[in-house]
Amino acid sequence: MPADARAMDGIADGADERVVFTKEMKKTHTILFPQMLPIHFSLFQKCFEQEGYHVELLTETAPRIARTGLSYVHNDICYPAILVIGQMIDALRSGRYDLDRTALMITQTGGGCRASNYIHLLRKGLKRAGFGRIPVVSLNLAGLEKNPGFKLSLSLARRLVYAIVYGDLMMCVANQVRPYERERGAADELISIWADRLQESFHTPRGFRRRAIRENMDGIVRSFARIPVEGEQKIRVGVVGEIYIKYAPLGNNNLEEFLLREQTEPVVPGLLDFLIFKCDNRVEDARLYGSRRLTGLGAAALKGFVCGWQNRMIESIKRSRFRAPKPFAATKALVKDYLGYGNKMGEGWLLTGEMLELIDSGAPNIICAQPFGCLPNHIAGKGMIRAIRSRNPKANIVAIDYDAGATKVNQENRIKLMLASARKEG
Amino acid sequence: MKRIGIDVGSTTVKVVALDEDGATLYTAYDRHLSRARDKTLAMLGDARGLVGSDGETVFASVTGSAGMGVSRTCSLPFVQEVIATRLAVDKLIPDADTVVELGGEDAKILFLTGGVEQRMNGSCAGGTGAFIDQMATLLDASVSELDELSLKATTTYRIASRCGVFAKSDLQPLLNQGARKEDVARSIHQAVVDQTISGLAQGRAIAGKVVFLGGPLAFQRGLRDRFAQTLSLDDRHAVFPDNGQYYPAIGAALFADQSEPIAFGELVSRLRDARESRSLDDRLPPLFDSREDYESFRERHARADAPRRDLAGYIGDAYLGIDAGSTTTKLVLIAPDGGVLYDFYSSNAGSPVETVRGQLERIYAIGGVGLKIRGSASTGYGEDLIKAAFSLDAGLVETVAHARAARRFCPDVDYIIDIGGQDIKCFTIRGGAVDGVTLNEACSSGCGSFLETFAKAMGMDCADFARLGLFAEHPVDLGSRCTVFMNSSVKQAQKDGASIEDISAGLSISVVKNALFKVIRANDPDELGLHIVAQGGTFLNDAVLRAFESTLGREVTRPALAGLMGAYGAALAAMDLELDRSAMIGETGLASFKHTVKTSRCGLCGNNCALTISTFQGGRRYIAGNGCERPVTGGERNTLPNLMRWKYETLRAMSGAASSAKGRIGIPMGLNMFENLPFWTAFFGTLGYGVAISDPSSRALYRRGQHTIPSDTVCYPAKLMHGHIESLLEKHAGEPLAAIFYPCMPYNFDEGCGDNHYNCPVVAYYPELLKANIPSLADGARGNGFPPFLTPYLNPDNERAFTSRARRFFGHALNADRAAVTRAARAAYASYRAWKNAVLAEGRKAIAFARETGRKMIVLAGRPYHVDPEIHHGVDSLLCALGLVVLTEDAILDAPARQNVKVLNQWTYQSRLYNAAARVAEEPDMELVQLVSFGCGIDAITTDETRAMMERKGRLYTQIKIDEITNLGAVKIRLRSLLAAMEERMRKAAPQDRMEVSHAG
Repeated sequence: MPADARAMDGIADGADERVVFTKEMKKTHTILFPQMLPIHFSLFQKCFEQEGYHVELLTETAPRIARTGLSYVHNDICYPAILVIGQMIDALRSGRYDLDRTALMITQTGGGCRASNYIHLLRKGLKRAGFGRIPVVSLNLAGLEKNPGFKLSLSLARRLVYAIVYGDLMMCVANQVRPYERERGAADELISIWADRLQESFHTPRGFRRRAIRENMDGIVRSFARIPVEGEQKIRVGVVGEIYIKYAPLGNNNLEEFLLREQTEPVVPGLLDFLIFKCDNRVEDARLYGSRRLTGLGAAALKGFVCGWQNRMIESIKRSRFRAPKPFAATKALVKDYLGYGNKMGEGWLLTGEMLELIDSGAPNIICAQPFGCLPNHIAGKGMIRAIRSRNPKANIVAIDYDAGATKVNQENRIKLMLASARKEG
Repeated sequence: MKRIGIDVGSTTVKVVALDEDGATLYTAYDRHLSRARDKTLAMLGDARGLVGSDGETVFASVTGSAGMGVSRTCSLPFVQEVIATRLAVDKLIPDADTVVELGGEDAKILFLTGGVEQRMNGSCAGGTGAFIDQMATLLDASVSELDELSLKATTTYRIASRCGVFAKSDLQPLLNQGARKEDVARSIHQAVVDQTISGLAQGRAIAGKVVFLGGPLAFQRGLRDRFAQTLSLDDRHAVFPDNGQYYPAIGAALFADQSEPIAFGELVSRLRDARESRSLDDRLPPLFDSREDYESFRERHARADAPRRDLAGYIGDAYLGIDAGSTTTKLVLIAPDGGVLYDFYSSNAGSPVETVRGQLERIYAIGGVGLKIRGSASTGYGEDLIKAAFSLDAGLVETVAHARAARRFCPDVDYIIDIGGQDIKCFTIRGGAVDGVTLNEACSSGCGSFLETFAKAMGMDCADFARLGLFAEHPVDLGSRCTVFMNSSVKQAQKDGASIEDISAGLSISVVKNALFKVIRANDPDELGLHIVAQGGTFLNDAVLRAFESTLGREVTRPALAGLMGAYGAALAAMDLELDRSAMIGETGLASFKHTVKTSRCGLCGNNCALTISTFQGGRRYIAGNGCERPVTGGERNTLPNLMRWKYETLRAMSGAASSAKGRIGIPMGLNMFENLPFWTAFFGTLGYGVAISDPSSRALYRRGQHTIPSDTVCYPAKLMHGHIESLLEKHAGEPLAAIFYPCMPYNFDEGCGDNHYNCPVVAYYPELLKANIPSLADGARGNGFPPFLTPYLNPDNERAFTSRARRFFGHALNADRAAVTRAARAAYASYRAWKNAVLAEGRKAIAFARETGRKMIVLAGRPYHVDPEIHHGVDSLLCALGLVVLTEDAILDAPARQNVKVLNQWTYQSRLYNAAARVAEEPDMELVQLVSFGCGIDAITTDETRAMMERKGRLYTQIKIDEITNLGAVKIRLRSLLAAMEERMRKAAPQDRMEVSHAG
């Protein structure tokens, strides 16, 4: 309860002004950042460290996380907000951190979805919990909220993009190895070996050279291909949905583990598509409404850069036995007859696109995961399933809502029904 | 080899044994009361003789939602229950086309021909056995009694079917108003059928040979009748197999063929010896550490009691208070010193009038001639009905009654929390009067009665059940969600091997968490108050009270009369009246008391509400079910300024010429069209088109489009759009439309009051959802006689950019020339601005009127589409009937500015809301009532912020959550509480005429 937190705090809650992350704090503070995608985020952590920030990932998943969140956030807000805010407040309370030297970081997309408000809800929650003076840093591409001590510099941005490229690559090939590995845990072990090696490569300017990165990518693919595997091809099950629920084990009740236990091969679309999608939105806004042409141009440049690396990643995978994802442009083309490219809030048309991409690449069995009452997914998720099914009779999609009150039994039972249909169809 | 199928569902276990040829050897069906494995073992024991010896090898497999866990712990093969059902149907009724199976908490549908498809209900439990169980509890009937009643019905009421909690909100008023139980029972069955058709089948026709399976359908003839009649199925096409409840188990037995055989004895021992891995991670600390702890707790609370007096032989004055609550009737008779002469608390068993009559007879009989009743008052949901029935002296808002009573036990009380059967009510008390009121929203209600429903499911009395939890060692964490979710949490806990004690304690804690985190939204005891009174029947359970105190970290007062506080307060208020003699029906009048109930349709307007008319001895009448005051006042309309109605009627009249040179463009009249219609009528008018808007929203219109709604958790205003499209398609069939136009608008007009000017994702993109889900709107439909459906992405924030984009789009879609589109755009912007100004002018007029006549104003702040009567359900008329002038949020924004809010202020409609709050906070004669549509994710952000804005300025904040349901009774209580609080504040503002006034009426 807040009383003990306040006792620990010792001082009154901060004023109404936002607590900024100052230049000094960069040196003194540890920034706590909630986990979402295990592979990617551990790479991110290293990127931040190389830029001089002390960053720690929050990985606690105990049931009290949701309980804490529910006490400090409006209970009707999306489940990811409840979890992330719960996780942060839980960490601050744990006693593990010096509260005078701790800051928090959260992403902000800046779109019309309510997710752009998480940071504000976090601050309200912090204040209520007696942590009002803890600075919160917004990580966003939209230029929201400036902090003197934190800057998404060009070099940091570049590192992060490469981290996503490596992350997507490893996630893609590891997912194709894990269900078949002769020795359990081999893929995960390789991931941590590579994570260390990649961190080293970022230390030297050489690590940013195109050739070095390509060599690393090829190396990753080759080494995963060498992991001894066995058994027949299992049913591939696509996982799409709201970004946090789709990726974070805390959000989806460890869906990946469940799918592995059910003798299937999970297929999880990567994060690059989402990043490109967010750039593409600005390009589309300029095209659709004729406004904000300048931001449109900047976004187009970043989009081009990231697409280039996505293509190179795909090439690397294609040189092996692994199946490669489709490039962004191909996924985008699939959506054409379903949704407008102006549908950009949340995952927008990309969510529909990912379902179509999965169907197109032979994984028509799909779990569409979202928080209960997710607004954009009413349209781009559940709202498109009927149209997708009518044009792709093989599509076998189940929409699952995740929520603090939803039970695993009911979720797994529905997924099992989808899997049973999948097995029947072969 | 013999085959055994075990179906472990959420509430029941079914075991089937088949012989080699598939003939049935053994069947058993029973509720497992959360002891699924024990029950299964007992059944297998019974089956042993029929199956053979322990040594005989058999095939066995498990199915059902709780079967997953059993299969894992006992290493038995598992088959998903829908698949199992399909196996059984394929074998037993091979020519079936469709299968509908209703279970305890799941509902399933299988389409077997014309494209195989199988579906289960989503996360809402509407339309399942649990739903019927819950409703039966409300009727105080067993499920089979409910079925008997249903067969004798003569009329059907509309009951929300999606969620048990919503249905309850529809049902409760019906019961309180005296509707026949038979009709209510049938309406419950009809709700299940509606939910199956809309929620499960979602537009696919349930036709051909339809097989109905599952427990509820096997045992309830009324439900079968409803299905057959609603789907127009004759006896040959509606198949209700005798063994319908066993199909999944039969399927599991058939599926077992593919598995490894197992010795029967081994099967039994695996089930017996299985150890569920019990994880205690997510358990909560016990409620009481020791018996001593509990005793001192009891002692402390025993102090808040009222003296008891003997009614028999009593000579003197007495005052009667009646609280006709939603599920219970409470009655207290007090002596002038506040001592209790007589009290009564009971479930009203669906008929509060009869209950009260019986109690009055008792009081007269026991009391005798010396008893002089000098005052009587009623409160609660049934306040008006009871007052009219027995001609009581006064009726008062229940919040006021509760506050009156709480002061008696805790003179310094500054916070009251009352958890009753159906509601959670919280009031802050300042200076001895109700100052702020928080009531639970439609979704989280029913917590108190949930304990009761669950206790019943365990075959126990509610109090006994709650007591079990007192010394539970590891209470389970069941979350703080709504009833239906709690149900599945309980299921999960049972699966995890939680004891009934742990579950009981967990439920008590959940009730408290719901109240604290969802309703009050506070976790700091200081936010509540220093002197908290906890009351309501639910708090009589020590487990709930203890959970409340420990969650809050503060000791509270629980009066011994906790369950009777409303009635006690009413009795005190009756005493305050200082009458010589109560006008209440006396002993002789009671003997000839008669109460007849008639149902009829109002017919005074298009809503055509179903009225329940109660007539009492002496011709007193009471009308319920009305959406407005017209049937009561004899048809007269209230003429107080009402911006909601003015906006609605002005907009509906705006569709312009019925037909124009180039034909008509159809526009669905919902969501942002309630704001943008003037824009588009001018736009298309200039282009030479008339505009045809869809019919006014109604429940019937909603039903017409219901089958194409893909996401049942989206807000009601969005769901109505499906009906609006159907309405336009119908118009098109009469006289062809040139097109149906409904643009995608992620951006709104930029009013310069926020960080951005978005629409919410649902308003922004709903046209795309309609296109993807209504076959007649799909691109390919055009050639088949359907109008083109135009859904361009348009952004109105910049006139020039809009014009250029519009030139391109309409040049292509309607062959309009550039100059014409430019002119049309100019006219559209002018018309939009004129409309906004007209709203402001009308607002100023209304404010001036209110100030001249000294009336209070209420700003109903929501979104533009909240002016739709089908969406706000007549809240505006209710306010007018209470003598208030009604304004809308956009009618008072003469000088909008960017408000300093603590959230990202990026939606245009929401920015207006903050602006309206800022203005109301400065105007002492205005109050703000925020309208929130259920499922509106954005309002999870705006409500807290708006409340904070109002409270920072020391003002009241009231929120009304609205959905498909039309429970105006609850809304009325909320609004009247608000009025009472307003009056109280006014009185305090003028200290010279401070006096004790009772809140009669």
